[in-house]
Amino acid sequence: MTTLAKPPTSDDTAIAEPRLRSAIRHVVTTAWLFPSAALLIGLFIIPTCYAVYLGFTNLELLGQYAQNYNFTGLANLQRMIHDPTFWLSVKLTLIFVIGSGVIAQTVLGLALALLGQRVNVIARSSVGAIVILAWVLPEITVAFVWYSFSQAGGTLSHLFGVPNSDLLSTVPMLVVCMANAWRGTAFSMLLLSAGLRNVPREVDEAAQLEGAGYWRRLFTVTLPIIRPTLMINLLLITLATISDFTLIFAMTQGGPGNQTAILPVYMYIEAFQFNQLGYGTTIALTLVLIGAILSIAYIRQLRPELQDSTS
Amino acid sequence: MSADQLVTTEREVTAPAVVRKRRSLARPVLNVFMIVIGLVFLLPLLWLILASFNPTADGTLAMPHPFSLLNYHLVIRAGAGAAIRNSLYLAGVSTVIATAVSTMAGFMLARRKIRFKGLVLVLILFLTGLPITLLLIPTYQIFVHLNWLNSKFYTSLVLASMSVPFSIWLLKNFIGQVPGEFEEAAAIEGASEISILFRIVIPLIIPGILVAAILTFINSWGSFLIPLVLDANPSDTPGAVGIYQFMSANGQVQFGQLAAYSVLFSVPVIILYLISSRWLSGGFSFAGGVKG
Repeated sequence: MTTLAKPPTSDDTAIAEPRLRSAIRHVVTTAWLFPSAALLIGLFIIPTCYAVYLGFTNLELLGQYAQNYNFTGLANLQRMIHDPTFWLSVKLTLIFVIGSGVIAQTVLGLALALLGQRVNVIARSSVGAIVILAWVLPEITVAFVWYSFSQAGGTLSHLFGVPNSDLLSTVPMLVVCMANAWRGTAFSMLLLSAGLRNVPREVDEAAQLEGAGYWRRLFTVTLPIIRPTLMINLLLITLATISDFTLIFAMTQGGPGNQTAILPVYMYIEAFQFNQLGYGTTIALTLVLIGAILSIAYIRQLRPELQDSTS
Repeated sequence: MSADQLVTTEREVTAPAVVRKRRSLARPVLNVFMIVIGLVFLLPLLWLILASFNPTADGTLAMPHPFSLLNYHLVIRAGAGAAIRNSLYLAGVSTVIATAVSTMAGFMLARRKIRFKGLVLVLILFLTGLPITLLLIPTYQIFVHLNWLNSKFYTSLVLASMSVPFSIWLLKNFIGQVPGEFEEAAAIEGASEISILFRIVIPLIIPGILVAAILTFINSWGSFLIPLVLDANPSDTPGAVGIYQFMSANGQVQFGQLAAYSVLFSVPVIILYLISSRWLSGGFSFAGGVKG
């Protein structure tokens, strides 16, 4: 990475005017970095700073506060704290992240990765292909398929033994979690099977000779060794799930009655359906804050492991 | 057979016989277990394909009788073709922009001494984790001021910028793995920066460029929230928004037609994934290929 970068080589090629050449080089370097710098500053850095400001204003999509909005200090935060829908939304976001991401995707992905080590190659590659296909599909397609499955008379309703009920009105959160687990398991499977390939066979065999059974070896040998991969997997899944919008919005629009309005969906509803752009930004900032706190927690968990493995 | 099984046979000399026996007994059970999981994952996919050929499809998995292309016919007549062309525009333009600027930046970041380079790279890495939900409202507001709303081109620009941080990292690492001697030799011969990039660097990192381009294309192709908010022009609607509007349209949900629409919309992405997983080595064999 950075160590691979080479020092400038202009000095040894300089023939007549080394300083001029290095000045030209400098200009060229800057010019080549400029387009991506412009995109990243214009469409990432400035919007991020602007969001921090807008989150403390009463900006609206339409009406009098669309043009002449003001800085309202902590009014949005106060409103948020007293907004029961916001707290419901935080709860739903955590259920979605923990239920479908951390638990379902990771456990299923790990199970498939472990099975993949031991089943025959045809079963492994065909099941792997199916699971990966679900992951490659556009999110809107996944949303549509699971929407149809959970309709009254749909296959999922039949499997649940309630063929005449619309599961998206009776157990909406469960259905969207299942859809997200179906879609995202491949990522954990791929990442964790890569991690499992790096577990030295000798360690496992030594434990085997000591007479340790499969489950004992899994929990005391294999999982501790792949812990860094597991933590990175959890971190990436958490960040992806916490900001997911399309899947839930296309399936339920946050309904019925806000029962699936996780924070990104609630933000969209407040901002673009109830015109509250300022308040919507406050919600988005809170979302980023929650993501940052969770990331720091994971990275702190990871640090001792990283130090161990480098020493 | 696979590599790890070869290793097992090699090591069997040291492994006790009892263990080997238990393992071989457990295998059939595990195979069955794996296949059951696979079948559960297959059900929704199977429904999608069968429903797309069934004009009277509903949410239940059923064989169409007879197989019919009517859904495809109807959905193309209802505008799926135009929406997919819009997706092609958004994904194509954003891929060209993102890949071009990221290759240039990646080249410089890999090859030149730049002040605060470490800090810049960490910042770029950090940007890959910022959710669009945070950027959406301020970007919308900026677009209002600049009068950029309802434009396919500016929407593609936002989609491009979403992929730039990851692409820069990917391409910087690819270029960093290419030895710099060729470039030095070319520079001594008096070649300009541009000809060095096009004649020497790009041919050597074509796999990296393709992977970056394909990942950007897949992400932009599936994007939903950004075009939904930034481009309300009905004639610019991309496939993802089109499917959503078709789903939430009043009246009876047309399951068969929507399934056909979804299949049409998904096939390009699946083909591109298959191509890119070749470049990323392994592909469908669990072997790697992490989507960005």
